[in-house]
Amino acid sequence: MKVPKCKGMRDLLPDDMAKFRRIEKVFRDCSLKWGYDEVRTPTLEYLHLFTATGTLTPSMLGRVYSFLDWDGWSGERVVLRPEGTIPTARLYLENLAGGEITRLSYVGNTFTFEETGKERRERWQCGVELIGTSQPLADVELMLLASEVLGKLGIGPLEVKLCHAGLIKALIGELGLGTAEQTQIFDQILEGNIKALAEIKTEDVDLKRALALLLDVTGSAPGFLENVGALLGKALPRFESSLSNLSSIAELLSTMDCPYQIDIASGRGFEYYTGVMFQFYVSKERVGGGGRYDDLIPLVGGPPVPASGFALYVDQLMDLVKLEGRPVPRILVQPRDSDVKGLKVCFEVARSLREAGYLVELDQGKKAVGDYRWLLSVSGEGLFRLTDQATGRKSELTSEAEILKIMGESG
Amino acid sequence: MKLALPKGRLLKDTAALLERAGLGLAGYDEQSRSYRLKSSRFPDLFLKVFQERDIPIQVAIGNYELGICGLDWVEEFLVKYPSGDLERVRDLGYGRSDLYVVASGHAGVSSVEEINDGFDRVRIVSEYQNLAESFALRQRLRRFSILPIWGAGEIYPPESADLAIIAETSVGNFASYALVPLARILTSRAFLIANRNGLAKADLSELLAYLQPFEVETEAETPLPAITAGMFEKATQGEKIRLALPDGHLLKAAAEFLDKAGLNIRGYSGEMGEGGECGESEKATRRPTIDLPGVMIKVIRPQDMPLQVANENFDLAITGEDWLNDHLYRFPSSPVKEILKLGFGKVTVVAVVSEDLPARDTHELRDLVNGGLLPTIRVASEYVNIADKYARDHHLARCKIIPTWGASEAFLPEDADLLIENTETGETLAKHNLKVIDTLFESSACLIGNENPPETDFKRERINYIVEALRQASS
Repeated sequence: MKVPKCKGMRDLLPDDMAKFRRIEKVFRDCSLKWGYDEVRTPTLEYLHLFTATGTLTPSMLGRVYSFLDWDGWSGERVVLRPEGTIPTARLYLENLAGGEITRLSYVGNTFTFEETGKERRERWQCGVELIGTSQPLADVELMLLASEVLGKLGIGPLEVKLCHAGLIKALIGELGLGTAEQTQIFDQILEGNIKALAEIKTEDVDLKRALALLLDVTGSAPGFLENVGALLGKALPRFESSLSNLSSIAELLSTMDCPYQIDIASGRGFEYYTGVMFQFYVSKERVGGGGRYDDLIPLVGGPPVPASGFALYVDQLMDLVKLEGRPVPRILVQPRDSDVKGLKVCFEVARSLREAGYLVELDQGKKAVGDYRWLLSVSGEGLFRLTDQATGRKSELTSEAEILKIMGESG
Repeated sequence: MKLALPKGRLLKDTAALLERAGLGLAGYDEQSRSYRLKSSRFPDLFLKVFQERDIPIQVAIGNYELGICGLDWVEEFLVKYPSGDLERVRDLGYGRSDLYVVASGHAGVSSVEEINDGFDRVRIVSEYQNLAESFALRQRLRRFSILPIWGAGEIYPPESADLAIIAETSVGNFASYALVPLARILTSRAFLIANRNGLAKADLSELLAYLQPFEVETEAETPLPAITAGMFEKATQGEKIRLALPDGHLLKAAAEFLDKAGLNIRGYSGEMGEGGECGESEKATRRPTIDLPGVMIKVIRPQDMPLQVANENFDLAITGEDWLNDHLYRFPSSPVKEILKLGFGKVTVVAVVSEDLPARDTHELRDLVNGGLLPTIRVASEYVNIADKYARDHHLARCKIIPTWGASEAFLPEDADLLIENTETGETLAKHNLKVIDTLFESSACLIGNENPPETDFKRERINYIVEALRQASS
């Protein structure tokens, strides 16, 4: 009876894993050099870490994998982590709090239920968090780091879309709604439904024009934000801090020749975002995103420590990244004598060849020899016959040094 | 074609509806002991009677094309499984009962907005655990525990829970339990429901045409009563130990046993009165009293006791060993322990299959599974965790556990293959053409408590007193 994999889950086959490891390696190398130390949080967390007010929307929480643990008689559930930032904030609080600036990176899986089972319910991401500063410089650092990782992976061209949670909240604030309704609209926007903003009905002609500009035009320089500011009229004071924060970030990115778009419709993400929100796109595919979350650490019970971070979506990147490099030549070691002594010589010569960097398999009698560049037939007396399958050349040899010499010369 | 019909609360009105529709059913009444019915008008129609809350899942998995049950149980299913193949077809207009979020009048919380500030961790009891979770998430409760129960939710607040989510026919009934409704989260009536694939493929039109409501009750929603300060007296303070006594089939024997132990408890045996308040001494209530200061008693379902004792909502409880085991199989490190075997309420927990199934024991059953005769084995039980462990221990590969809420014997053979069930004499099983293939364990009533020591000397002294009284009566 064949048992298939669970709905919404994915097997990673050898080629997939080669891509996965490459992404992970480039991400780790880059983030380490930028000063981000790697951490790993557990797969299981308490559900109430995520229900703390304003961290995840009810609709996201309705799709988490939560259950009672074997000691869960209290009725409090545990959850397969649905995202990476909140657990990292918890890890920071529990173990590392107090430092001035903390840079953390992680590679981990997240779990979210998706009804049809056609999309993935388990996803992998590479993320970083920069904790302890609220400077625009920090947000720019994150975007440049993400851009560097994608560049080194040969994935591009990268589109960075910017938005600002403060800006969206100020716009909602103009609606004159109660707190609960405001939260609800903000949730809708974060889940990708920007139309909720277009429904803002206001008598304020200035605000209407500014809103139209924000919704209809995608900005690509700080000047755009100046224009929005100029149109806002008497509502401007309520938008000023968000606009100027976003301007500073945009200006820095312009200086660094990092192209971006200011696109209010890109404001999808998490409820805990307080400042800039950024999304990374490569050929229309969203490959990552992040933002500033200055209130999150206090919300999970910590001091008022500002932070921001991003995650790159490994599953999407795997579709874009190419496998590189030539495969290591494979050698098949074939025992001529199946007695103990003969096998011993085989294992020994195989070990030496591996130490020299080759990929060496012992002939178990089942696999076609066509897959190997080299065949090495070994006798119990330590006599070797090396066959180069690329040229058909055969050599009778008596030492490992001779084997390595021929292989080295053949490249 | 198959139609699932409800037992219990909705039975009478549903029977009237079917009679008006002229289905020609015999034996669909409260006295009847048969679960399978035939219609004289629709000879191809198979009808089976279930506990109401079993019906949405039976229809969703396609065992029945149509079903009738309260909207509350439909929503309880759909809120957890929104993509389930279940369609609400028609409001049948009767059986109104609404779901309310209630708190104790003594808790000082008068609206849902105040819940987060009122409690560090909100303990919610409900028969509707999925709706309870959905409510908690929607209200953005920061930290909450959902304790599923089998019933008697109204008796839990404030000592044993902060909120209860319960069905009630009239909002006016809460005052007698000193409860205040904070929100009405669902207006429920009997509904005709259908399996989506059934609707998509089979022609159900004739039956759908017959199952029309006479008229839908359109009574206006009573507004929730305004909550004013000082509506309820402050709960009496002071140290108390909390004792849980069982309702249902253990009640009579438990009452006799407590008498024998010389614990003078009033208001426990006898007919259950309206409301939870203490009535006259001969009338039973869910809060009986005892001539022992510092002891509070509540009458709850024996099924719910181990979880409640584990959470220290009760200090002592009289339940069955079957339910204790069911709890301990799920939570092996639970602090609940059996203090005393009380000896009454003896049953045997057994594995049961249809007389027609060619298996004499679990080995032969497993051979049927491995041989492909039973591709998946459906295990129905009220004891979900005992059933789960049994299937695990006996390597019943590809098994589906179907939780049931009573009358499990009706599931075999159409809707389940194996039943984990208790039996006293085996008579009921034989009557339903069932046979026992394995005996799991003997179970009788027991006193349970918490391993963690009592917080105070007073509590320890009271607990010891009751344990000793019961010990002497049991020896």
